[in-house]
Amino acid sequence: MDALLTRRRFVVAGVSAAGGLAISVASPALAGAITKAPWGDDAPRGQRDEVNAFVAVEADNRVVIRVAKSEMGQGVMTSLAMIVAEELECRLDDVQVEYASPHRNLIDGAPYGRMGTGGSSSVRRSREALQQAGASARARLIAAAARRWDIAPAACVARDGAVWREPSAQKFSYGELAAEAATIALDAEPAIKTPDRFKLIGTAVKRFDTPVKVTGEAQFGIDTRLPGMVYAAVAQCPVFGGKLAGYDESAIRGRRGFLAVVPVEGGVAVVADRFWRAREALAALPIRWDFGAAATADSETFRAEYKAALRGPMVNAVARGDGAGRFAGAARVVEAVYEAPHLAHAPMEPLNATAHWRPDRIDVWMGTQFPEDAIQLAASVGGVDPKNVYLHNAFLGGGFGRRAVNDELRQAVQISRALGKPVKLIWTREEDIQHDRYRPQAAIAMRAALGADGLPTALDFKTAVGSITRSLGWGKVENGVEPSAVEGLANVPYKVEALNVDVRLKNTHVPVMFWRSVGSSQNAFAVESFIDELAHAAGKDAYAFRRALLADRSDFLNVLDTLAKKGEWGRRMPAGSAQGIAIHESFGTIVGEIVEVTVRAGGEVKVDRVVACVDCGHVVNPLHVAMQIESGVMYGLTAALFGQITIRDGRVEQSNFHDYEIARMADAPAIETHLALSGGGKWGGIGEPGTPPIAPAIANAVFAATGKRIRSLPLKNTSLGA
Amino acid sequence: MIILSINGRRFELDIEPETPMLWVLRDEIGFTGTKFGCGAGLCGACTIHVDGAAVRSCQLAAGDAAGKAIVTIEGLGAERLHAVQRAWIEHDVPQCGYCQSGQIMAAASLIAGKPDPTDADIDAEMTNICRCGTYPRIRAAVRRAAELART
Repeated sequence: MDALLTRRRFVVAGVSAAGGLAISVASPALAGAITKAPWGDDAPRGQRDEVNAFVAVEADNRVVIRVAKSEMGQGVMTSLAMIVAEELECRLDDVQVEYASPHRNLIDGAPYGRMGTGGSSSVRRSREALQQAGASARARLIAAAARRWDIAPAACVARDGAVWREPSAQKFSYGELAAEAATIALDAEPAIKTPDRFKLIGTAVKRFDTPVKVTGEAQFGIDTRLPGMVYAAVAQCPVFGGKLAGYDESAIRGRRGFLAVVPVEGGVAVVADRFWRAREALAALPIRWDFGAAATADSETFRAEYKAALRGPMVNAVARGDGAGRFAGAARVVEAVYEAPHLAHAPMEPLNATAHWRPDRIDVWMGTQFPEDAIQLAASVGGVDPKNVYLHNAFLGGGFGRRAVNDELRQAVQISRALGKPVKLIWTREEDIQHDRYRPQAAIAMRAALGADGLPTALDFKTAVGSITRSLGWGKVENGVEPSAVEGLANVPYKVEALNVDVRLKNTHVPVMFWRSVGSSQNAFAVESFIDELAHAAGKDAYAFRRALLADRSDFLNVLDTLAKKGEWGRRMPAGSAQGIAIHESFGTIVGEIVEVTVRAGGEVKVDRVVACVDCGHVVNPLHVAMQIESGVMYGLTAALFGQITIRDGRVEQSNFHDYEIARMADAPAIETHLALSGGGKWGGIGEPGTPPIAPAIANAVFAATGKRIRSLPLKNTSLGA
Repeated sequence: MIILSINGRRFELDIEPETPMLWVLRDEIGFTGTKFGCGAGLCGACTIHVDGAAVRSCQLAAGDAAGKAIVTIEGLGAERLHAVQRAWIEHDVPQCGYCQSGQIMAAASLIAGKPDPTDADIDAEMTNICRCGTYPRIRAAVRRAAELART
């Protein structure tokens, strides 16, 4: 305890020392703002001094703000709390943040709305409700004070965690008022602030979760330890869709710590008193698989099939203008086919879940993007009423879409139920790489009719790609057009007289899912590379060419012009180096990126610098925006340079970071983020939009440096050596 | 019995000598700040100090760690936050945070050996993987940590 107190003092000192150095306004509220275990209180309404479901004020004036989204690195536990605090008029020093309880959301009329985290939507979809929660709490605290003083609420002012009777110095702290405020019903909900009145929103508050993440204290799902807990390691059928055919338990029965072999969804688990012993025993367990029908499938065949599908029947997603006429009368037609491979998410924390099944209650500790779905899944697998499932969501060691479904939880509940003990199941990295639900493989055919001035008059895009909806078993796709399959194609911003987009959803046995920026991850590569090709075909500068096609999009132009200026577009580059540019809108946000690459003599591509410009409308926290752009850039850079999952004999060939390579420090460029905000009613997402432009920007720079056009990712597959 | 010295404390453990230190720390002792990332010495999430040097603990057998001074993230800043931890806070490094214990242990070892590391030193010695892409901030924070440690 002493050490902890000492540590906290130093955290505070470190923060104030940082104020003048970092770009951020020093946030006063770092130490203790988030405890090492983020999961909140499952107590139903009224058990604490809460003003409403989002805000509780303790007697010591600590303001507990509940965040109903998962913290996976994007900073929601800080930014969403800031939105509440903006209206609440409390001091950030007093704020403590915890997760809202998904159990309570289930039994108490969904006070938190939908708690899933994905689609770069946390701010976009909950800002108004969070402002309202803060404003409502403030109004009731004021009403409670006014009642005590027997004056009109309008004569009271809420500021710095207290209600003041101005102009006197009389006040009641929020802690003194909370219990009474909770009983007050307002005649009408107060109006929320418009952006021009924000004081906190828009400032660079440091993240609340940093202190517990530099000491190793932050609790991830994998760190769960329970009395009597046992550990499970799992092996899943190497070929997707295959089945467990048998195993020889006698080969491992006498091993130290061995407890049981339990067949689970997709494979078989070995349970022992320690994870290492479980994993070693699993490696020694003879397992027989029935690989099923897909055991001969491979990526090269898929590649040929996707490309062939581009020439087969398709479903129309967009048909605007007289495309046939434009192509017939074109001065020139340009065509190209782009290809994108399967990609694994590979979050740093391997999938894991700890489940404690009892006949009438299940407790789960894990990090999940969708805690409500996790409750339903545990309930269904465990045969327990969902109302008796308690999900203790931890910090997520990366999400990127992988933690949107809860494959690991299903297995953990199966094992805990079989043994009647709390079980921590951990997937090894090999299981993670080989049993992901991947970014779909795709082939995308692009065609443009160019006028005499070199500008396109018609664009025609066709994509053949796996359906995420079908792969997840979420039912059939309406009209055969999955929105994510055509995002970035159907909403291409460039002005042309005719646009046609066709899609063919084609799944293989390889499971596919949402991967950071989803359809835009491959479609932006195709569109922004192709636009670059058209610019070169027209003999025009890639920035000026885009400008000409975006003349009626002031938001895009603002981003593009700011980007060109900040990124020093067109500056002289040394031999072997070049710039590339790309711009893309996804999740309501426009991001443009200029990259500078050097292609070394051996053909190795080094990205030296990335300048990004962002229009997300409004910004809650510019520090978070910069961090998410850096993150999105690095995630996309890894994929562009190295990323591919390939299939041979029906199974994934890669298994760990030696063959599923991830960019490291030496690969990392300098990254700058600039804002060109359009404001108004626009609130865009920020977790994903940094990713789509980076692959085409790099590929375009490589073309500028070498004359070689990259139409298939990753770049490492193209020989760029002299 | 294997006798280990971890963060200045002595532990007597009845374990197989080939058990990787990663799992000894996490499951036997409960020092969960050291993270499992790959189990193959590829990512560095499990980096600890062994006699002052950064070591990937998933590749170090408990039997080989006996008699050596082991420090984990829990021991690095126990009395007072280490210069690297303070620099990490100043430069807002962590996102998901999962790899950061290992990054911090690697950085602490780097600046102990090279009090004024160059970019090339940082590229060569900071080889741990971060999927959130915090590398540019880590680079700045390593520099700042070196500065803090020198003053």
